[in-house]
Amino acid sequence: MLANRRQFLALAAAASALVAQTGSARAQPVATGAQILILGAGAAGTALANRLATRLPGARITLLDPRQAHYYQPGFTLIAAGLKPASYSVSTTAEWLPRNVDWIAEAAAEVDPEAKRVVTTSGRALSYDYLVVATGLKLDFDAIEGMSTDLIGSNGIGAVYAGPDQAAATYAEMSRFTEKGGTALFTRPATEMKCAGAPLKYAFLTDDTARRKGTRGKVKIIYAAHGGAFFSVPIVNEKVRMLFEERGFDTVKNHVMVAIDPGKRIATFDTPEGRKEIGYDFTNVIPPMRAPDAIRFNSPLSWQEGPFAADGWVEVDKHSLRHLRYPEVFAIGDIAGVPKGKTAASVKWQVPVVEDHIAAQIAGKESTASYDGYTSCPLITRIGRAMLVEFDYKDNLVPSFPGLIAPLEELWVSWLMKEIALKATYNAMLRGRA
Amino acid sequence: MKELTLSTMIAVFEEMFGPALFWLLVVVAAAITVAFIFVLLRQRRLVGNWLLRAELLAPIGALAAIYFVLTITSSGFSDLGGPIDAIVMILIGVAGAIGLTILAYVAQALIGSRRVQ
Repeated sequence: MLANRRQFLALAAAASALVAQTGSARAQPVATGAQILILGAGAAGTALANRLATRLPGARITLLDPRQAHYYQPGFTLIAAGLKPASYSVSTTAEWLPRNVDWIAEAAAEVDPEAKRVVTTSGRALSYDYLVVATGLKLDFDAIEGMSTDLIGSNGIGAVYAGPDQAAATYAEMSRFTEKGGTALFTRPATEMKCAGAPLKYAFLTDDTARRKGTRGKVKIIYAAHGGAFFSVPIVNEKVRMLFEERGFDTVKNHVMVAIDPGKRIATFDTPEGRKEIGYDFTNVIPPMRAPDAIRFNSPLSWQEGPFAADGWVEVDKHSLRHLRYPEVFAIGDIAGVPKGKTAASVKWQVPVVEDHIAAQIAGKESTASYDGYTSCPLITRIGRAMLVEFDYKDNLVPSFPGLIAPLEELWVSWLMKEIALKATYNAMLRGRA
Repeated sequence: MKELTLSTMIAVFEEMFGPALFWLLVVVAAAITVAFIFVLLRQRRLVGNWLLRAELLAPIGALAAIYFVLTITSSGFSDLGGPIDAIVMILIGVAGAIGLTILAYVAQALIGSRRVQ
């Protein structure tokens, strides 16, 4: 019997060892002494640093970012829904970085791609062989007259995008509003923006909160779209239109917020018919989003013409993410001047592409890796339900679980993914493991 | 999801539970499975008494699993929106039921083995 048991345990151990070995085959490492400079240690910069540190043994990788805190931005909506504390989205930049990467806690002040040189805010000059711009974007609150981030959490003003503490302050204000009732005003800017589903989510969450409190009858919800649609993907837009109608939202189109009067609680909009005012008791201010000044004004990396020129987005090929004029420069994440892809899900797909192009170039080969514009948005329609909307450059729906999880259906499993699986997947991505 | 490989899944679960807790859970689950197969091979059959008593605990396992998932998330039964939601909820229940049944069977087999032999 004992011999049997021993044999059996040996067999079981061998079986589990076999299972443990069946991981995915990773790309071949490329040894190099190349100097790689990454601007920004957000989702994109950190994930790429981790992947390059493994892929390119010997490479000298430098990350430039002044921020000590790392923000898990997809969590802001959950914080602003009162489901998570502000600390849910906050970790440190340092804890995600690989040991063999040099982190300089400064921002870039100017970029000279002709000389392959970046000057930091303290005046330090850094040269590079490859430059990856992953600075993220600038929330331009100053562009809305009368708006200041100090106002968030008072006078009916919220701003989910502004940061974890501001998202918590937004919830406090939304919670006060849904006790009393009145008019809730939701908008989005006319610029490119990160996660274009988030403005819609917060309108749905405010509606849901009022319903749960039994005050929905006293609440009027107005959604002011910046253009002619609520969402850029037509099939999703149509679904959102139906949901808005079902939930009893009032909607206006071609309204771009340009000013806010916190005292009188009036928002002013640019419309094709001129300036218009809408009063509110609660609003989620989403400012115009632009490239950071160092890229927009102190570098020649931005688009020179076309739809991405005015706000300074980096001129890259939308499939390779390589700069169109400076082949050793890449852009990933929010700063990339591509039609879609300002989400963490996009970053997850962009990072391996840039990694492969840099590794191939160092090895003297050509990479065929290509980014197809994949973006994912768990579009929360109430607490407990979401639509797992995934699409690409062509506005095609590209569901991860076709036939199983319907993209345009309000589902509990999609909510479970948002609440349970997404942060873990994001963290695994930061470490370069997903 | 770009690639849903085993190594990606492990990475995600390690982040979700923390590496120590995740691997502890894996080891516990594997140990119970191995023990179950071991007692099956030793007995060369399923022992009816043990199985019957173990199966009585199945509904408790199912309810506990569902209660656990609903407790750690901000959701409830009224949030089920489509067929996949009902299927996932049932699968969670089935997993809890099978898990507790196997655990109870193994416990009886290991504790009460002398009496049968």
